[in-house]
Amino acid sequence: MSALFKSLRFLLPLFVFLAIAGFLLKGLWLDPREIPSPLIDKPAPEFRLESLEDPGRQIDRKDMLGKVWLLNAWASWCVACREEHPVLVEFARSSMVPIVGLNYKDTRVDGMRWLAQFGNPYVTSLFDEAGRVGIDFGVYAVPETFLIDKQGVVRFKQIGPVTPELLHEKIIPLIQRLNA
Amino acid sequence: MDESMRGERLRGSRASAATRMLAALALALAALACGSVVPASAREAQEVGDDPAAERHMMRLASELRCLQCQNQTLADSNAPLAVDLRQQIRELLAKGQSDEQVKQYLVARYGDFVLYRPPLKSNTLLLWFGPAVVLLAGLVALFLALKRRLARLESAQSNPQDADAESARAQRLLHEPIEEEGGLS
Repeated sequence: MSALFKSLRFLLPLFVFLAIAGFLLKGLWLDPREIPSPLIDKPAPEFRLESLEDPGRQIDRKDMLGKVWLLNAWASWCVACREEHPVLVEFARSSMVPIVGLNYKDTRVDGMRWLAQFGNPYVTSLFDEAGRVGIDFGVYAVPETFLIDKQGVVRFKQIGPVTPELLHEKIIPLIQRLNA
Repeated sequence: MDESMRGERLRGSRASAATRMLAALALALAALACGSVVPASAREAQEVGDDPAAERHMMRLASELRCLQCQNQTLADSNAPLAVDLRQQIRELLAKGQSDEQVKQYLVARYGDFVLYRPPLKSNTLLLWFGPAVVLLAGLVALFLALKRRLARLESAQSNPQDADAESARAQRLLHEPIEEEGGLS
């Protein structure tokens, strides 16, 4: 054994190098901007906000109980939201789940203009001017999307734009499971 | 004599340069030691706090929390909109009488352990906390074993002069023989 060890000892630095290279390689595929949300499988935070398009109307967490729904944080100043928007508009046509917008740190005028210009996939948008509800949901980079089940529990969170692939591979199957 | 005086002066100026460097180093160390106060850069983010003491408290706490938008900055350093909002939130929570720990829990509940610059001791952070110590320990053990083996060889050479002579004869031979004959690489 020791003879074998001696003859292979010169390979030791190579193994150390390969181990470090392996970690670094894995690091290449990790996105430090994607912070796992502690909200997954926990009840969605309480909120009570005015509707963007209908200032008198208040919406709170209880209004959404009993439905599987998507909460999509967006803003008119957010570039990635533009990229995501057509995907949501298209998905909203299927009426599979209600999509509620969270208009994050925006102005009513800008938000409304944005919806008029690009189409409105939302059953309604919550007007979170101060970003407080955003903080409660742990929003740190719009767009972010939460899938919330009938009991009001957060089941999935997407940081960054929702893509057609993500919809078909993850979100839709999860919705079907939660609705079953 | 002139020469020697110049030399003396040169040495003198060198000595004073060394003293100056030492003094600068001491100052830098002292500044580091005061690291518990809010870092100077934290003051970049100006805020509206009325009560300076409460403001200092908030900034001290914020300097231990990570900004989510610009991840290499603390909440105290950053001017990102979210950092401004979160500082306001911390200010309000502290004004309500919450403890530092409660404020941290508030943020961890929303953003996860990632916001803490000092990661908590958990099963999935064990490697992070103890990895370096384990590597250091392994290094020390390896060093100890290597030294012990070398010592044993040295002792056996001393107690066995013939062996030592044979060794040194071999060493001489290796040193003086042409490389081709030794055939190092063949």
